[in-house]
Amino acid sequence: MKTYLIASIKLTLVLLVLLAGVYPALVAGIGKLSPGGGGGETVSCNGKVVGFANVGQAFTQDGYFQGRPSAVDYNAAGSAGSNKGPSNPDYLTTVQARIDTFLAHNPGVNRAQIPAELVTASGSGLDPHLSPQAAYLQVARVAQARNLPEQKVQALVQQHVEAPLLGILGPEKVNVLQLNLALDALK
Amino acid sequence: MSTELLGVLVTYLLTLALAIPLGKYIARVYQGQKTALDFLAPLERLLYRISGIDPNREMNWKQHLLALLTINLVWFVLAFVILLTQGSLPLNPDGNPSMSPDLAFNTAISFLVNCNLQHYSGESGLTYFSQLTVITFLQFVSAATGMAAVVVLFNAFKERSSEKLGNFFRYLVLSCTRILLPLCLVIAAILAFNGTPTSFDGKADIVTLEGDSVQVSRGPAAGMIAIKHLGTNGGGWFGVNSAHPLENPNYLTNMTELVAQVLIPIAMVIAFGVYIRRKKLAWTIFGVMTVGMLLLLVPMLLSETGGSPTLAQLHLLQPTGAMEGKEVRFGPAISAYWSTVTTIISTGSVNAMHDSTMPLSGAMQLLGMFVNCFYGGCGVGILNYFIFLIIAVFISGLMVGRTPEFLGKKVEAREMKIATIIALLHPLLILAGTALACFTLTSYPEADWAVKPSAWLNNPGFHGFSEMLYEFTSSAANNGSGFEGLGDNNVFWNVSTGFVLLLGRFLPIIGPVAIAGLLARKRYVPESAGTLRTDTATFGFMTLAVILIIAALAFFPALVLGPLAEYFTIY
Repeated sequence: MKTYLIASIKLTLVLLVLLAGVYPALVAGIGKLSPGGGGGETVSCNGKVVGFANVGQAFTQDGYFQGRPSAVDYNAAGSAGSNKGPSNPDYLTTVQARIDTFLAHNPGVNRAQIPAELVTASGSGLDPHLSPQAAYLQVARVAQARNLPEQKVQALVQQHVEAPLLGILGPEKVNVLQLNLALDALK
Repeated sequence: MSTELLGVLVTYLLTLALAIPLGKYIARVYQGQKTALDFLAPLERLLYRISGIDPNREMNWKQHLLALLTINLVWFVLAFVILLTQGSLPLNPDGNPSMSPDLAFNTAISFLVNCNLQHYSGESGLTYFSQLTVITFLQFVSAATGMAAVVVLFNAFKERSSEKLGNFFRYLVLSCTRILLPLCLVIAAILAFNGTPTSFDGKADIVTLEGDSVQVSRGPAAGMIAIKHLGTNGGGWFGVNSAHPLENPNYLTNMTELVAQVLIPIAMVIAFGVYIRRKKLAWTIFGVMTVGMLLLLVPMLLSETGGSPTLAQLHLLQPTGAMEGKEVRFGPAISAYWSTVTTIISTGSVNAMHDSTMPLSGAMQLLGMFVNCFYGGCGVGILNYFIFLIIAVFISGLMVGRTPEFLGKKVEAREMKIATIIALLHPLLILAGTALACFTLTSYPEADWAVKPSAWLNNPGFHGFSEMLYEFTSSAANNGSGFEGLGDNNVFWNVSTGFVLLLGRFLPIIGPVAIAGLLARKRYVPESAGTLRTDTATFGFMTLAVILIIAALAFFPALVLGPLAEYFTIY
């Protein structure tokens, strides 16, 4: 026991240096070469950083495309899902209220057209994406709020649809922040 | 086939394509044969020399277990002390506080035992120092512990009759330097180049497009996320684990993390076959495990891609499936696959919130952890499977009237007693724990803890029961995922799951290693026409039946009270 204990303590110390010291340093070195230099990839607008490319943010104005509901209101100092189960009556009331709000802001939309992701919270509370369907559904509202022709906004969404990986793996999606930045850049 | 389902298929096939060569490589590493990474030998010699370890001194099974338990004790003390004092230690740019004693106890054990149950959120509960010296460190060495333990089992069946089963410390070091570290560097590089942070900067302040000020948590996460999956640990850097867009930025990183977590569990089965020169046996085991996985995956895929029936009643469109708690960039199909593998192999990382999955999926997640050996955790998967295998050998031996034998060794009363105790321990820990939680909740709803029992549950009714059942199942299976709505950061859950974690880890390592050690000593009986063959499809089916009967009979009543009752209320 005693010989094992001393060997264990010594081995623990050297493995600490290797696994908690050298290894993270190597990874940090690799990260320096990556886009964003290891601090996370940011997005800028007129030279000002307005967000992280991968981290969703809250959009509430009618003139912006709005992302998914978030259990943490897109506060990226933390992260959480709602953790509501499908049989929870309070949860269903919340979803119903979100549907009503969406319909009020998007006249002309029928409730049977709403994809569930627009009224359900994401896993992280920071989901940066929407499906193309959910973005197209907001085109009329955004165009009206900005006095832009609908076709122009529609075309913009179309440009921002990201194909599945290699064209064949996983879902299509739209990055809401990138889309809204492009929207602001439209003249 | 839709692009989402194709993603699932390609991810699995890719895992298999990588696991087969890796398995052969792992067998070479532990046998000390030549490999491409032999240039690391001087580093290993240095580690042995500083620690005063003679890697060639052979140990018997008792010495193996003593070494294993001793070094684990050292790690526990180290982790506990660091977590208690992290607030005043360096590398704490966000100024996060030290942990309370009960939370530090739970967290230290949780990572020591490769479970990674998390009753804190990484963004606010840990410092970068503890993320590296406690979390990342334990993720490496706990995985290596499981791998070193399974090599003892390999050795027991390699030689015809032997007490000498290799050196524990050597297997531990080799698992780190030759297998985990090199692969982690590759995985971490893929993550870093896809947007996962690696630098030591603290939170970033930004003003959003709409003018809100928000902070974005980050840190040197990529390296930790690599070992979290490769070592089937599962504890996330951020609170929501791999659902977080920095922890898992896109579909490619999602595939990478999925491949990484299933890689070693499958490779270990292949390595077993190569190591003891019985490839057919290894493929039989692999076949049983794969059938088991499919039995859980298919219902989960159907129920998640089918969408939520209660949302369908609100007339919502669910073209891809149930989206509550899921991320758009992954979608329900690959999230269902993730849920399946993370529960069968004891990773416990998530890319979608299990608490919000459909009832049938919840049942499958629980079943995956009840069985805990369809592929199973890093190293320990085979140990768990071995218990069922011994029971299957015994039962089928009795059925056909032959002496129970496994690989030329007689299975006798002593081995059977150990196997039975280990097989029954799992349901005992889970069901007794859940019963205790239910009792506390109903009898002392206003107990003065950090979270009152009356506030534990995030969902009412059957689903609330499932939250408690899931927590103990995840602890006993050393899985680490959760129905995260449960208010678990209080003294009841921290202490009760802490003990379940310890028992659920070390007894299922001690038991199989002891059986292997006992069998190794026995005289080798050459196989004859009278031997029950264990590498046939028939015997594979027999093992699967034993697994399903033990899991189903022990847990069926609890499943009925939780996910099945919820299923029948909403469908």
